[in-house]
Amino acid sequence: MDFKGKDIISITDFSKSDINVIIKYAQKMVPYAKGKEYTRILDGKVLSSLFFEPSTRTRLSFESAMNRLCGRVIGFADPTATSQKKGETLADTIRMADAYSDIIVLRHHLEGAARLAAEFAEAPVINAGDGTGRHPTQCLLDLFTIQTEKKHIEGQKVVLLGDLKYGRTVHSLAYALSLYGAELAFVSPKSLQMPKEVVNECKEQGVNPFSTSKLEKVIHDADVLYVTRIQRERFPDAEEYSRVVGSYQINKAMLSNVKEDLIIMHPLPRVTEISPEIDATPHALYFKQAFNGVPVRMALLSLVTGVML
Amino acid sequence: MSNVEKVSIKPMKIPRIKNGTVIDHITSGNALKVLRILGIPKQNTYTVSVAMNVQGKLGKKDIVKVENRELAREEVDKIALIAPKATINIIRDYQVTEKHKVELPDEFRGIACCQNPTCISNTGEPVQSRFIVLDKEIPRIKCYYCQREPDDISDRII
Ligand SMILES: Nc1ncnc2c1ncn2[C@@H]1O[C@H](COP(=O)(O)OP(=O)(O)OP(=O)(O)O)[C@@H](O)[C@H]1O
Ligand SMILES: [Mg+2]
Ligand SMILES: [Zn+2]
Repeated sequence: MDFKGKDIISITDFSKSDINVIIKYAQKMVPYAKGKEYTRILDGKVLSSLFFEPSTRTRLSFESAMNRLCGRVIGFADPTATSQKKGETLADTIRMADAYSDIIVLRHHLEGAARLAAEFAEAPVINAGDGTGRHPTQCLLDLFTIQTEKKHIEGQKVVLLGDLKYGRTVHSLAYALSLYGAELAFVSPKSLQMPKEVVNECKEQGVNPFSTSKLEKVIHDADVLYVTRIQRERFPDAEEYSRVVGSYQINKAMLSNVKEDLIIMHPLPRVTEISPEIDATPHALYFKQAFNGVPVRMALLSLVTGVML
Repeated sequence: MSNVEKVSIKPMKIPRIKNGTVIDHITSGNALKVLRILGIPKQNTYTVSVAMNVQGKLGKKDIVKVENRELAREEVDKIALIAPKATINIIRDYQVTEKHKVELPDEFRGIACCQNPTCISNTGEPVQSRFIVLDKEIPRIKCYYCQREPDDISDRII
């Protein structure tokens, strides 16, 4: 695929070989992302960073990525300051951003917002998360992390844990992992199970995910444990919430029987899902994973503008 | 004895038409939705007759007959969404001269709205709803914007 001018909306728009191109190129970006090497390839380019919904990690890593490539960033992190408040359509906001910049990065609270934005912009649109919908750059950095740590994704036993219904990162990830032929287990409370659309997408790739509400059924065998947060507001009463959440909190005791090279990932921010005592163990990969957002996003910014390292 | 009971209730057949289109085998109960999708009849144009819950060989069905108008295939195919078994019969000089089964297009706009309340297509943006057809037989569709599959398509017809 020729990435120049291409929108990055959903991981489902990309083939495995497209994803491999991105992952490979991101590996090349690592020393630049760390500031050990220096490049000016996006000098003179402007990125619109439109965050209609708060985000720390995704926004900062996009901005860091653009800055590391010597591009400039305009935009907002807080939609209350924009004319959206005055009733402007997203379509109009996008038309403006399109006129002011070369790339548009969009985070929005409504599903399908990025797809719509792409219809109104000449410039490539990168989806930085839309509602409970897609979050392809998180997915790519997750794949990059597994690939880098495990050397291959195929055949890895990956457990996705937590809020699988509303957690957008796990939707894209489940699909992409099936593309690579990983073995999937979905662990969630009954009320927060993986949506049928996502399960169908996995099946279409020939992967039959195992679903359970009990982590102990699958954790001992896992190569990757991907933890997500369960939000309080998803539950009708506080008692039910604390019962469910308690059973999914990862602490050292739970890891007594796991594979030595199990890696634990988390899209962050973490609250109580992973006990801080895990941080110092070799299993903890979430901080490195968060860093990986920078080289992956650098790779994407370079690819969609067609200015290569 | 009331007036109503004196009237003899004989089943009334739709008269044969000379020229036009017969949409046959419409899923029972969906004839009016079919007309809405097709946007017919427009005011003061051709005559349209509707028969609902007619006993056919394969159970109950609805039938629509449009006089003096030959509906084009592309125009009618989208009704497959709610009447997947429908056939289009073109009538010329009282004879069925063309017949085909409706088939969903790969993609369509309008017609239905996305059932997801937090889908961008439901929020006053200057776009029509848009659906990708996943399976023409069942049928299965998903929203182009939010990628969700509606639970009950016929409920979502605009
Ligand atoms: N001149 C006509 N005016 C009105 N309706 C007609 C006319 N000719 C046929 N039809 C109707 O059009 C439909 C198709 O007619 P056709 O003669 O092909 O019936 P059929 O053999 O039962 O077809 P099918 O197998 O599609 O049910 C039937 O519902 C029939 O009643
Ligand atoms: Mg018949
Ligand atoms: Zn939708």
